[in-house]
Amino acid sequence: MSAVETLPAPSRERYQALLGEAAQIRGISLWKDAWRRLKKNWAAMGSLWFLCALGLLAFFTPLLPLQSPQHQISDAEHKYQPPSSEAVTLEYDDRERRRLEQGIELDKQELRRVEKEIGELHRRLDRLPPKPEGTKTAAKKKPATVETAAEKERGAIEKEKAAKEKEKEALKGQLEGKWLAHPLNRLWNNPGPLTWQLLKARIAVFGKWSVPSLCGRDELGRDVLARIFWGARVSIIVGLVATLVSLAIGVSYGAVSGYLGGIVDTVMMRIVDILYSIPFIFIVIFLITILSEDSIKARLARWGIDQIVIFYFVIGAIYWLTMARVVRGQIISLKHEQFVDAARTIGAGTPRIVFRHLIPNVLGIVIVYLTLTIPSVMLFEAFLSFLGLGVQPPDVSWGLLMSEGLKVITPLEIHWWLVVFPGVALALTLFALNFLGDGLRDALDPRMKNR
Amino acid sequence: MNPLVETLLVVGKRLGWMLLTLWVVYTFSFFLMRAVPGGPFASDKKVPPAIQRQLEARYHMDEPLPMQYVRHLTNAAVFFDFGPSMRMEDYTVNEVIAQGFPVSATLGIIALVLALLFGMTAGVISAVRRNTIFDFGFMLLATVGIAVPNFVLASLSIILIVFWLQLVPAAGWGSIQQALLPALCVAAPYAAYIARLTRAGMLEVLNLDYIRTAYAKGLAPRTVIVKHALRGAILPVVSYIGPATAGILTGSLVLERIFNVPGMGSFFIDAAMQRDYTLALGMVVVYTALLLVMNTLVDLSYAIIDPRVKME
Repeated sequence: MSAVETLPAPSRERYQALLGEAAQIRGISLWKDAWRRLKKNWAAMGSLWFLCALGLLAFFTPLLPLQSPQHQISDAEHKYQPPSSEAVTLEYDDRERRRLEQGIELDKQELRRVEKEIGELHRRLDRLPPKPEGTKTAAKKKPATVETAAEKERGAIEKEKAAKEKEKEALKGQLEGKWLAHPLNRLWNNPGPLTWQLLKARIAVFGKWSVPSLCGRDELGRDVLARIFWGARVSIIVGLVATLVSLAIGVSYGAVSGYLGGIVDTVMMRIVDILYSIPFIFIVIFLITILSEDSIKARLARWGIDQIVIFYFVIGAIYWLTMARVVRGQIISLKHEQFVDAARTIGAGTPRIVFRHLIPNVLGIVIVYLTLTIPSVMLFEAFLSFLGLGVQPPDVSWGLLMSEGLKVITPLEIHWWLVVFPGVALALTLFALNFLGDGLRDALDPRMKNR
Repeated sequence: MNPLVETLLVVGKRLGWMLLTLWVVYTFSFFLMRAVPGGPFASDKKVPPAIQRQLEARYHMDEPLPMQYVRHLTNAAVFFDFGPSMRMEDYTVNEVIAQGFPVSATLGIIALVLALLFGMTAGVISAVRRNTIFDFGFMLLATVGIAVPNFVLASLSIILIVFWLQLVPAAGWGSIQQALLPALCVAAPYAAYIARLTRAGMLEVLNLDYIRTAYAKGLAPRTVIVKHALRGAILPVVSYIGPATAGILTGSLVLERIFNVPGMGSFFIDAAMQRDYTLALGMVVVYTALLLVMNTLVDLSYAIIDPRVKME
């Protein structure tokens, strides 16, 4: 103010007018501005709504009155049944469920009882004098009568224990059998706890009523519509998780490379260059064949890693290259941008520059690449499932559905619904993701600001 | 420095990097493949141990791993000999590659040409006729092309074009009609990307001074667009040819299966699945070399198309 007041009158007025004008301009954050511009892009917004709806539907699939995705009806009428709007009831018997659940409960009680008895026997064994482990000569020195009594008791208990163990195994087998025969397990391949509750809610709300086979049935009489919905869950999760893996690797690698610069940067980027020129499809095919080898699979299963987890990480580990390059390039170019100098001139410290000025600018492009990586990851999943290397039955994914549909195309019979519906679902999703990615790129592009 | 010497130096440096990359890929694949338990003979019916030993001796698999590695690497690098295939009787890896490579290469080249042709035409038209129905139509088509996976496209086109309309034969290889459909399906997403790149490049260039100058000196619009604007706009497209080639190669992997084309792709998948070590290794080296050569050519062609770009 004081600087303005010392000026001669005419320029003082001009400067005050300018200052007043400047005070009226409200700063708008990058994200608000981007959101405002994104809202104007109807294609991107439509895609966003579509994807939200898809995500919700996929998440609540168990709640929807769909048919079972794996219930097989292989009579001539249902095999390759074209799309129809005939009402279908679910092959679900509530009495059977109740009977089985009672059976399971009884078996569980029985199992607990047997386990308790085994524990009791164990304790009795422990209370007995320890087994004579010395040499025979040492044993002979002890009084014969005591020894035989203890030995006899031990023998009896051990025999009883073996019998109980056998009983326990039998019970476990029985329980397993009943568990597998449980309608929810039979119709929906071992759902997790959350899915289980959702399925129960679905039964409670809709009962046996289910949506007709609007998308036809496949070779084994399974409902394609239900399979598409359940496949969506797998396809979307693979897309998201694998992309997040690639995001984590790519951003940290790129940021480190960009920040450090110099020889470290050169070496790290050379590694990326080399990795870029590897035809990865080959490496993936190999990794997956190696990891699905029985002995390795068993070893991995002990650590709780199954095929699909491997799948996430293998795909994620491939798609980080572009992200690393992009982030590094951004960080390097931003380091020397004027706004960083400007921030430094008004006294911002390094952490503030990095977190308030650099990261938000990188975040925009990272989000754009994220939305563009998800479709390519989903495409890759479909591609691998199509070759029979991806998701394994009884899980379904869109790629797997497509490949099943394609396998049964013959010049004589075209079961078009087996290919068209999953294909359209996949294409629509990828379409929406691409539109959203492009829209976000335009919205976050600073050059488009205030246009 | 003499420009010729400079060029040679650049090419030499690139060649060095290429060889290094090839070696890394080779080594990685070699040890990765050997890490799989159960060799290529493991799944065969039980053979007597003596015969098993003989088989392994025949393929030098009884030697320690480093020795196998050195032997195979020398043969491959010096004599371009990848040894006999372990699964396909009476075939050496070189023979399989020699059989499959021309087919895959033809398919790839047709696809690349189609992608460039359609992509650039669509891109130029939508840039010149900006915000007209042509522009929207082509860009919508391009987004569809990017979003639809090529095997979906392939299966839909088989249903539509082959079975319903019966325009072209279903599968096989030999005539131009048979090559057309697979090539189109491989090319579609790349044509779409090229269309978008061309459009963006053209839009930037069309506002520049030298285009106005070209119009001002009375050149026909066609000449201005094709000779002046396109040349300036084409750079992103050229740099995309490298990744596009890679994508076309991988894409043809699955399309060769769908359309029953006897190219390298179908051998490639089978080799990997059956753990035919030597064949798979040969294939991956050939694919990698192909990609590297394409990328180098693309980089070198920058300097020719755009005089502003200096070879580093």
